[in-house]
Amino acid sequence: MNLAAEILIAALLVLGGAFVLIGSWGLARLPSLMTRLHGPTKATTVGVGACLIASMIYFPASGQGWSAHELLITIFLLLTAPISATMIAKAHLHRQGRGIDPNPADGIVSGLPAPPGDGDWATFQGAAAEPAKLPHLPRD
Amino acid sequence: MTGSLLSWSLAFALACISLAILLSLFRLVRGPTSGDRILAVDTLTINVIALIMVFGIAEATTTYFESALLLAMVAFVATVAYCKFLLRGDIVE
Repeated sequence: MNLAAEILIAALLVLGGAFVLIGSWGLARLPSLMTRLHGPTKATTVGVGACLIASMIYFPASGQGWSAHELLITIFLLLTAPISATMIAKAHLHRQGRGIDPNPADGIVSGLPAPPGDGDWATFQGAAAEPAKLPHLPRD
Repeated sequence: MTGSLLSWSLAFALACISLAILLSLFRLVRGPTSGDRILAVDTLTINVIALIMVFGIAEATTTYFESALLLAMVAFVATVAYCKFLLRGDIVE
């Protein structure tokens, strides 16, 4: 392996390790869930991406051939990180709005204010009223 | 192993990721809400994926890529299922 590839791999590994550590440090250190979501969803994703790119450079540079696995994992992580963060935020808002499992650090102990339209914050309450209109359901 | 630069950076990355796993475990034990614990498990699996990749470089083998890919998929499905359960009280309606 030549020196340039080795320096590049080492830099990417150091960057990846540092970002993964920063993301988890944010998860442990920040005060409430909505702030804690920032660390793992952004910093950790960058860190894992850097580790995967380092691996993607290492194996061709050491003569073991190129594989698409790292690219697949990178794409999959980049696609799923925002979705899981949104789902966690929705579940948290739902429980905070109902007064279940309150955390004083969030500042919404007394419950959320009413949303502007019908339904509930970030939940499926609006859709729950729909099935009565479906034709195949029995009517009384 | 090749040069000392690569071995030093591999040791640094492994130490950082191990510390990150410990911090995620702290948040998993501490809570205080269920959302925090779900987020901690999600972060833990992403950290384990990074650990597997760096370990694969250290061992110079491509055997572990499939396990990392499987872990990424299962972690996403598990996070969404946990959140769906908290939102609706059921996973598949």
